[in-house]
Amino acid sequence: MTQRSPAKAEGKERVGAAVAAFWAPAFAGERLDFRTDYLLRLGDDALVLGQRVGEWCGHGPVLEVDISLANLALDLIGQATLLLGESGDGDKLAFHRDVLDFRNCLLVEQPNGDFAQTIARHLLYTIWQHMLLQRLQQSSDQFLREFAHKAVKEVAYHRELASEWTIRLGDGTEESAQRMADGLEWNWRFIPELFEVDEGLQQAIDAGIAVDPRSFEEEYRAAIAAVLAQAQLEAPADQRPILGGRQGHHSEHLGHLLAVMQFLPRAYSDAKW
Amino acid sequence: MSSDWPLWEVFVRSKGGLSHRHVGSVHAPDAELALAHARDTYTRRLEGVSLWVVPSADIVASNPEQAGELFEPAQSKIYRHPTFYDIPDEVKHI
Repeated sequence: MTQRSPAKAEGKERVGAAVAAFWAPAFAGERLDFRTDYLLRLGDDALVLGQRVGEWCGHGPVLEVDISLANLALDLIGQATLLLGESGDGDKLAFHRDVLDFRNCLLVEQPNGDFAQTIARHLLYTIWQHMLLQRLQQSSDQFLREFAHKAVKEVAYHRELASEWTIRLGDGTEESAQRMADGLEWNWRFIPELFEVDEGLQQAIDAGIAVDPRSFEEEYRAAIAAVLAQAQLEAPADQRPILGGRQGHHSEHLGHLLAVMQFLPRAYSDAKW
Repeated sequence: MSSDWPLWEVFVRSKGGLSHRHVGSVHAPDAELALAHARDTYTRRLEGVSLWVVPSADIVASNPEQAGELFEPAQSKIYRHPTFYDIPDEVKHI
């Protein structure tokens, strides 16, 4: 047990820093350069959303939808593998990092809820991701350019599928419309974080490697509005934004997700497959 | 729930120049989603370059009880088979 005390002390220190200033990053360890930080933001988004959507595997409402969701999850895990691999040891980053060191946005870690809530989360994220990847193809960074070129086709399909399902559920039965509205309501407060630019991201934007999300916020809002109009749904009222995921301040849900995802490689460090 | 959705037959063209071939079926509420389900179910491993989906209810099928009168007469007409000349190895898909 004595071995545990340094980790415990470190944990306390982290909590202290986080309490001192909300914007203080919760991360342990040294500050990362802005490129690595950017790769982790995109990589953690893909990893966490991939794991979330993957939770549907075997639980989809019908077999065909189960397969569709698993395909989305696998695309995202593939993207995470590339991005985390570029920023370091991908497996170590995915399976041996603690919750405070994750840089994903809060939207992607939100619980699946019912199928409509999952679709709402996917719609809000995937339209943002698609617009980002379209622009990231002009990044000054060769890896990011090539990554974006590959991933943008996958994500274009995700966008299509999420839009089609939103329209069908919204313009479906009374119950499906209510569930879709509830799903949007749950996830709506996490939109502003997608367009937040902090110091680290600003540096990456200035260096020409990253996309400034504010450049497409208007287009994003219009695209969401267009899908909702087709779905006969009202956009939820804007709520108090919840921010902080990029700085490691996560909701309670991410810890549970990581506990499931990381258990095996942590408990059996020599496990192979 | 799945039983509420109509069935669609799925045809995949594996590459340009070849015919679409029947590969199976999916359930879907409408044509667009039938195409999405077909894509997700049957082209995950680079199986195709084009997809068709057709409502299964629109398929007109021959009656198995008529198999004798429909198909057996062809058995004795070997002159209809291209077996009296050699097909060069380079010619595929015949």
